[in-house]
Amino acid sequence: MASPLHQFEVHTILPIQIGNFNASFTNASLFMLVAVAVITGFLVQAMKPRSVIPGRLQSIAELAYEFIANMIRTNVGREGRPYFPFIFSLFFFILLGNMLGMLPYGYAFTSHLVVTLGLALAVFIGTTVIGFIKNGLGFCGFFLPHGTPIFLAPLLIPLEVMSYRFRPVSLSLRLFANMTAGHTLLKVFAGFVVSLGFMGFIPMLAVIGLTGLEFLVAFLQAYVYAVLACIYLNDALHMH
Amino acid sequence: MPQFDPAVWPPQIVWLIISFIALYFLMARIALPRVAEVLEEREFRINESLRKAEALKLQAEDAVAAYEKLMVDARTKAHDQLRTVRERADAEAAERHAQLSELLSKQVADAEARIAAARGQAVAHIREVAVAVTGAAIERLIGQPADATSVSNAVEVVLGGKA
Repeated sequence: MASPLHQFEVHTILPIQIGNFNASFTNASLFMLVAVAVITGFLVQAMKPRSVIPGRLQSIAELAYEFIANMIRTNVGREGRPYFPFIFSLFFFILLGNMLGMLPYGYAFTSHLVVTLGLALAVFIGTTVIGFIKNGLGFCGFFLPHGTPIFLAPLLIPLEVMSYRFRPVSLSLRLFANMTAGHTLLKVFAGFVVSLGFMGFIPMLAVIGLTGLEFLVAFLQAYVYAVLACIYLNDALHMH
Repeated sequence: MPQFDPAVWPPQIVWLIISFIALYFLMARIALPRVAEVLEEREFRINESLRKAEALKLQAEDAVAAYEKLMVDARTKAHDQLRTVRERADAEAAERHAQLSELLSKQVADAEARIAAARGQAVAHIREVAVAVTGAAIERLIGQPADATSVSNAVEVVLGGKA
């Protein structure tokens, strides 16, 4: 029987070697491109009628748009408007990454720490750069909250800097751990179904329940990721 | 765990960058503007309709105001006309009344004059009748005709200045 971790393995489909660097097209790469294709294809296809009174598909596309637009409006405000495409792409890339893993023979590329860390670093570096562009060196004041007694500064500034630097770590670890744990758990219970024979219906019920839970987690983690990105962006734009 | 095998990191990162940048540009340049366009178009249409409805409402209010003004005008005009008609009728009635009472008082005066004349005539006749009756009564009493002149004098004495 395959190990429960077998599903996370990366297979090379098309080996690409640039100098010493391995840039091979893998099954994970394939599902990343599938996610991009599904999101773009869906939105373009759904918006084709361009009707004032939307049909079902168009309603879904508009709901997706409004969902992210509202998220930015409540967490960042009016100044968050230019970053809307980024947050939208981020949310749906992660959502599709999580959801594609729920399909049989699918692959959840968000179960790889490198991938989630890569996205988190994009958010972290991006928000830090935006913070310095919008506030200049005044952004350093972010590490000393207003009204703090000055003698606490030597203690507080390292703490704030530390917590700020741990943002991408917590952001990426949360998503990676949720997806890996959920999918491993599903595989483990699914393995019991076969090995327990007649009594296999008990883990079977567990797998059914867990599958529903995994769908919830897949949505929720994408949402949490996008909301946290919005909050970091808000910190960068408004410094609280 | 395959996730912690450093050999798979480079391809993962490379394809993450490629696919995410591709997704970002597809969203920012193609997909999202289409959604935004439709949403803006809808908002524009809704606002336009609201504006039109507002204008129509104002028009309706104007029409109602004009109608009410017209009604008030018509009513005051009707009142005015009614009053002039009534005044004219009153004046006419008063004039007729005056004419009638004048006529009546004239007739009354005439009648009174006629009555006075009749009464004078009657009084004048009474003397003759009294003389005749007295003569006839005396003739019955004494059996022969009385002297007309003395009877007349006697009646004159009795009646005195009464007639």
